[in-house]
Amino acid sequence: MEDTDDDHIIRVRGLVTRFGTHTVHDGLDLDVRRGEIIGVVGGSGTGKSVLLRAIVGLLKPNAGHIEVFGQSVRDTPEEEYRQLRRRWGVMFQDGALFSSLTVRQNVEAPMREQLKLDDDLRKTLAGIKVRMVGLPENAMTKFPSELSGGMRKRAGFARAIALDPEIVFLDEPTAGLDPIGAAAFDILIKQLQAALGLTVFFVTHDLDSLHANCDRVAVLADKKVLAVGTMQEMLEVEHPWVREYFHGPRARAAIESSRPKGAA
Amino acid sequence: MKAASQISTAKVTLSLEGSRLLLSGELQIEAVGDVDRAAVMKMAQGITEINIEALTRMDTAGAWLLVDIQKSVAAHAAEVAIRGASEAQEQLIETIRQNMPPDEKPLRETKTPIDRLEDYGQMVVRGTKTAIELTSFLGQVIATIGGILIHPRRLRLTSMVHHCQEIGINAIPIVFLMSFLIGVVLAFQGSAQLRQFGAEVFVVDLIAISILRELGILLTAIIVAGRSGSAFTAAIGSMKMREEIDAMRTLGLEPVTILVVPRVLALILMLPALGFIANLSGLLGGALMSWIELGVSPAVFQSRLVSNTDVWHFSVGMIKAPFFALIIGIIGCYEGMKVGGDAESLGRLTSTSVVLSIFMVIVVDALFSIFFAILGV
Repeated sequence: MEDTDDDHIIRVRGLVTRFGTHTVHDGLDLDVRRGEIIGVVGGSGTGKSVLLRAIVGLLKPNAGHIEVFGQSVRDTPEEEYRQLRRRWGVMFQDGALFSSLTVRQNVEAPMREQLKLDDDLRKTLAGIKVRMVGLPENAMTKFPSELSGGMRKRAGFARAIALDPEIVFLDEPTAGLDPIGAAAFDILIKQLQAALGLTVFFVTHDLDSLHANCDRVAVLADKKVLAVGTMQEMLEVEHPWVREYFHGPRARAAIESSRPKGAA
Repeated sequence: MKAASQISTAKVTLSLEGSRLLLSGELQIEAVGDVDRAAVMKMAQGITEINIEALTRMDTAGAWLLVDIQKSVAAHAAEVAIRGASEAQEQLIETIRQNMPPDEKPLRETKTPIDRLEDYGQMVVRGTKTAIELTSFLGQVIATIGGILIHPRRLRLTSMVHHCQEIGINAIPIVFLMSFLIGVVLAFQGSAQLRQFGAEVFVVDLIAISILRELGILLTAIIVAGRSGSAFTAAIGSMKMREEIDAMRTLGLEPVTILVVPRVLALILMLPALGFIANLSGLLGGALMSWIELGVSPAVFQSRLVSNTDVWHFSVGMIKAPFFALIIGIIGCYEGMKVGGDAESLGRLTSTSVVLSIFMVIVVDALFSIFFAILGV
């Protein structure tokens, strides 16, 4: 392999998570390279979101080791963990915006907690983030309950990138969006990834989104990461579930539609 | 005063060299916060180039500062170029430039007296609207109950029995305990005052009249409003949130018949029963405390109760019970139906439902007092 350890911004080794007697992950390994967009796919209940939660430290794994930026997520002291946490942003499925705050205040929230900035600067910077995710000017003072699902996701994304993180974790960013909204969100992820130099870790079901965005895909099945590689490499994997996933009618349609740009 | 030619913080240094502004260090969000931006703007007037070759790091906040300097200088003088940016930095600066805040300062929202007056007006209109809607909801429920009287098969008996259990049977312990304690407190406080006049034995009248006429039923209604009224709002509200109510309508099921009527009927049946239990336990607590504190034996208590307390005191309390029940049931269900798509409105309306129904119960209780005073009972 050409990549060295330094390139691995996230390293998961031997991860085991259980809920009661139900084992979700059993010895899962995964590496994420700096600056790439990696998509995590898998059937329902294979623990994609659980993996994301374990990496950001919301969930304590039963065994295994998780390193982000070369530091263990679990064993670092609280103060260092705070520093570490600042270097990533998380967007939850439905945005998970604070319902009592407006969109702009939501984006300001991490700045307010982590930094000492004067009000004007904080407002201006939060405003820029809100515009960067493509929300209109009048959305700034709206409350989450007044926004559509797609706008909530965008606002959640704006909050995730509020502190210019190095990694963003996205949980099903395009789920529940119409095809136009989903495509626009794909473009947004790509744009901001390029502009901000992000590493993007995203969990998805959306094959189009995988095609549009991912440098690499990781497939979760049988409680492990079954295969990691580019979309093309995925097509050659022999595992029955992976075959069905990437050779199914929907997958073929997604590959067809992306070919004119990708090939030739 | 001449502007400074160098400004530096822990992380970043901005220095003036001829007409070039040189930046070095790390221009990240903390540094942007630390730097005295007014001084930077002053220093930068008249420059023609911002050079960031020596910057080791720059984030969006840094890029914003550069673009902001550039804009403010260019507003007065010549164009300013940003040089020495890497390809990634250039892209970031370009992204920020496209997303800069609009130039005109947004108008600060201040409220004029007229606005405040308008707010009051809107509040009054909203209040009136709620009153009208509530009345129309009451009418709808009564009409549905009327329909059920004509066609008794439409009554959801199982659901009503379930709610009777929830509202009535399960509330007995709390209602009993509360009323018992109120009886104890009344006897204790009453005896302390009446002893001064040597009129201890009148404590029986005090307890009997206040419990039977007012406290027993009123406190029961308040507990039931907190316990069951809020449960109605929460249950119906969460069904509304998950579109279950709409689903019922599309299936030809009438939500008022299925959800509201069984609850309201169960409440009308159960609240008098709970009030009766509260009356008994209140008297029991009062009798016990009179015995301990004043030596009024249970036999004396009983004979005085029978001879001196008009049965109307008991009736006045009981007559009010179904009305209180109707208020709690209607408000609880109505607020539940008003819940929108978000969880926040569910929480807000649940607390509104409890506050409003307790308030209305007390208002109606006061009206009843006037009514019975006029009748002379």
